[in-house]
Amino acid sequence: MASSVTLLGHAVERSEDPPLLTGSARFVADLDRPGMLHAVFVRSQVAHGLLRSVEVAEAAAMPGVVAVFTASDLPLADLPEWPRGEPPRAELGRPCLARERVRFVGEAVAVVVGSTLSAAVDAAEAVTVDIEPLPTVLDPLDALAERAPLLFPEHGSNEVLRQLTGAAGALDGSEVVVRGHFYNQRVAPCPLEPNGAAAWPAAGGRLDCFASTQAPFRLRAAIALALGRPEETVRVVAPAVGGGFGAKGGVYPEQLVTAALAERLGQPVRFVETRSENMLAMCHGRGQVQEVALGARRDGTIVGLEATMVTEMGAYCWRGPVPFSTSRIMATGPYRIPKLSLTSIGAVTNTTPIGPYRGAGRPEATAMLERMIELLAAELDLDSVEVRRRNLLAPSEFPYAAPSGASYDSGDYSAALAKALALLGYEQVRAEQADRRQSSCATELGVGIATFVEISGSGSEYGAVRVEPGGSVVVLTGSSPHGQGLATTLTQIAAGMLKVPISTVSVVHSDTALVPRGVGTFGSRSGQLAGNAVAHAVEEVLEKARELAAVELEADPDDVVQLEDGSFAVAGVPSISLGLAELARRAGGPIGAEWDFAQESGTYPFGTHIAVVEVDTETGKVELRRLVAVDDCGRVVNPKIVAGQVHGGVAQGIAQALFEAVRYDESGNPLTTNLADYAFPSAAEMPAFELGETETPSPRNPLGMKGIGESGAVGAAAAVQNAVVDALSPYGVLHLDMPADPERVWRAVHEGRRDGQDPFSSSS
Amino acid sequence: MTGAIASAELSYELVVNGRHHDVNGALAGESLLYVLRNRLGLPGSKNACEQGECGSCSVLVDGVLVCACLVLAATAVGREIVTVEGLAGPGELSDVQEAFVENGAVQCGFCTPGLVVAVHDLLGRLPDPSELEIREAISGNLCRCTGYGRILAAIDEVRRRRLGELP
Ligand code: FES
Ligand code: FES
Repeated sequence: MASSVTLLGHAVERSEDPPLLTGSARFVADLDRPGMLHAVFVRSQVAHGLLRSVEVAEAAAMPGVVAVFTASDLPLADLPEWPRGEPPRAELGRPCLARERVRFVGEAVAVVVGSTLSAAVDAAEAVTVDIEPLPTVLDPLDALAERAPLLFPEHGSNEVLRQLTGAAGALDGSEVVVRGHFYNQRVAPCPLEPNGAAAWPAAGGRLDCFASTQAPFRLRAAIALALGRPEETVRVVAPAVGGGFGAKGGVYPEQLVTAALAERLGQPVRFVETRSENMLAMCHGRGQVQEVALGARRDGTIVGLEATMVTEMGAYCWRGPVPFSTSRIMATGPYRIPKLSLTSIGAVTNTTPIGPYRGAGRPEATAMLERMIELLAAELDLDSVEVRRRNLLAPSEFPYAAPSGASYDSGDYSAALAKALALLGYEQVRAEQADRRQSSCATELGVGIATFVEISGSGSEYGAVRVEPGGSVVVLTGSSPHGQGLATTLTQIAAGMLKVPISTVSVVHSDTALVPRGVGTFGSRSGQLAGNAVAHAVEEVLEKARELAAVELEADPDDVVQLEDGSFAVAGVPSISLGLAELARRAGGPIGAEWDFAQESGTYPFGTHIAVVEVDTETGKVELRRLVAVDDCGRVVNPKIVAGQVHGGVAQGIAQALFEAVRYDESGNPLTTNLADYAFPSAAEMPAFELGETETPSPRNPLGMKGIGESGAVGAAAAVQNAVVDALSPYGVLHLDMPADPERVWRAVHEGRRDGQDPFSSSS
Repeated sequence: MTGAIASAELSYELVVNGRHHDVNGALAGESLLYVLRNRLGLPGSKNACEQGECGSCSVLVDGVLVCACLVLAATAVGREIVTVEGLAGPGELSDVQEAFVENGAVQCGFCTPGLVVAVHDLLGRLPDPSELEIREAISGNLCRCTGYGRILAAIDEVRRRRLGELP
């Protein structure tokens, strides 16, 4: 297949861009309908408490108010736990509107519907919510302590997930053991477009819902379930979506409520979050405490890993299980770690629920391992590059069965490491660092490496291709792109294989009325799953075309070939040929095929990222000087799109390493509820990135692709964190949690000066 | 919150992208962003924070770059307002918009309208900005998707084109 696909590998410009650039693309907040009503949520301002009463009478009587609902007037089934193949535990359900108890600041308690937004906003302020405060618990380790306040008393514990992987004794036989205690901090996904949904009754009793979602089919199923309607009577459309990063992959209470309001009131209803609401109500990401021990022989060969990962769930065990399980799966990363003893725990706290955010568990696992490799190297007085080389899996070891049960497909991890080191000029940078350390310069130089592997593309996806008699080609995909350029990627695959101009191809997606089934865009899945589904459908179309041509040309199908111009002819007789459109005309209708491509065991993209930082030891300020990223995502369809994904992921990784953290005060009041208080980096804080790639095709799909949506965030955060610690190593600092903001760095420098110990770590 | 500040109803005229628009029954507290999006049917300018922190609502008022979410619409009466919808003719792209496509500077596109307006403003004021000046100039326009690198490349390309350094 590969050799005929001439368009693959080219930096085709994105067809998605012009409407986005001219302002003509429509996002949820841009959708209008005659009679549109506006929904505004009343949210808990208390982190934990018993809901005594919700007084709505005054609000309901205000001008422009159509209705006010609480949980008792708008009964909707609880949102289920994330499906984990186990029966749901009813006592842990997440209500759409709080009943009896509130568990985090920002939890929806009531909803006001107004004929104008301002009427609804004013009335929402007039709703009186009486909450009897309860003791709060914010830290996941505190939540697991005995006598901690319980969020779900019926459950009897704040521990909602526990999984053991491997067996005890992972460190047996070690000559040296290094230990670390890390916190991978909670961050906010902050897609630039906040969450939103709009719904209205449509013809034939159908309910049409537009949502800023990554997974329209999942949302359709949830709406149908919540409203007790057959799925066919619900249409979900994802219009233009302003970023998701995993956070828009789940089903939110606000989406179900908006749909329920439209059904109940028989009128269009729209809900759009403010930024401050977004910072409270959209899931947060990361939030994992790690207690780790790595055992090795004196030559640096790893013997085993023993770890406890406590993943915050926030107030509900809702989407937190995604990072919980992905960090477990990727716990041994790219290294040959023969023995693993891992305890994974999920704990609920009085904070915004956790969910997947770019990387979703892989950045946590990677940061843990990369910090441990550095600690081991320091303990053995070896260059950490050498420690990595000794332990990275070799190409001959694939497919590799990791101790977590993961089955890695293919890789050449050392090649990516070598390429990144060469791109950086590792020896020169180390020499510069040595010079700097000789001088009395207050600005230290640090180099940080992260070698990583991650998992992408599990499950299945739908694709279809149709060649119309008029010559146009329609591609359908079950994925739901929202910025990734997937329509362009699929166009390249279809046009390349059909040998038709890309201008003839259009891609239909993100509308459950136009696409029969699908999954969505998350987990770095769409390029490979949707791409291979479309490629397979194209092959079937070509086979059908060949058979039609054989009939028309009165030849044996085996003798019919596709020419370079895309038409079909008898081999050796190119002068008499029939194009695809002509064949469709003669067949009396479109030539089409559909395919569901499944890849249950996923693919494993990998790479090496290296950061160089300068740390001003007098102010604590960290300047990121260079960021080299070598990524391997198998075969590349569009290098420009792939580079864009790496850029974006790397930026989010850097943001976690240096700037961002969601913070609460001791009563659970969030302190980072807008873009001024939350340190979202601008162009002034980001360096230029230096990208490189290696290409190791995946054997698990015909196109040889792997995902690339998340790798940037997986590698870069750990590389930058390692660089900061490296810069501070002359001060005796062995570890520093993220973000490396000036205060944390300054304190580390000064504590280090005093006693050579990092105040933020118990690592030895 | 939008429109909730004052309840007096106002009628006025705004000139947006060279066209006159009547605004009737508006509240005094309505922001320019609200009026553009909800009363004039011009939703190209985006609302990502309504707090002056993200720049996705950037428009030009009498040639000055402003966050439309922070400007009261009624104060823009008698001024020339330019939004993303007015940067190029129908079905056309401006040189900045073209360069964004060519350089892969667009991903989800939510920050894009504001950025494009900000870049037109920057290169109109400063035809030959340094990289630092470019970074500073767009530091008020947040983007979550791109890491800014491709946006900077697009801006540099327009700069060089306009200076005749590129064909
Ligand atoms: S919406 Fe105006 S600055 Fe963010
Ligand atoms: S392209 Fe998505 S926020 Fe900039």
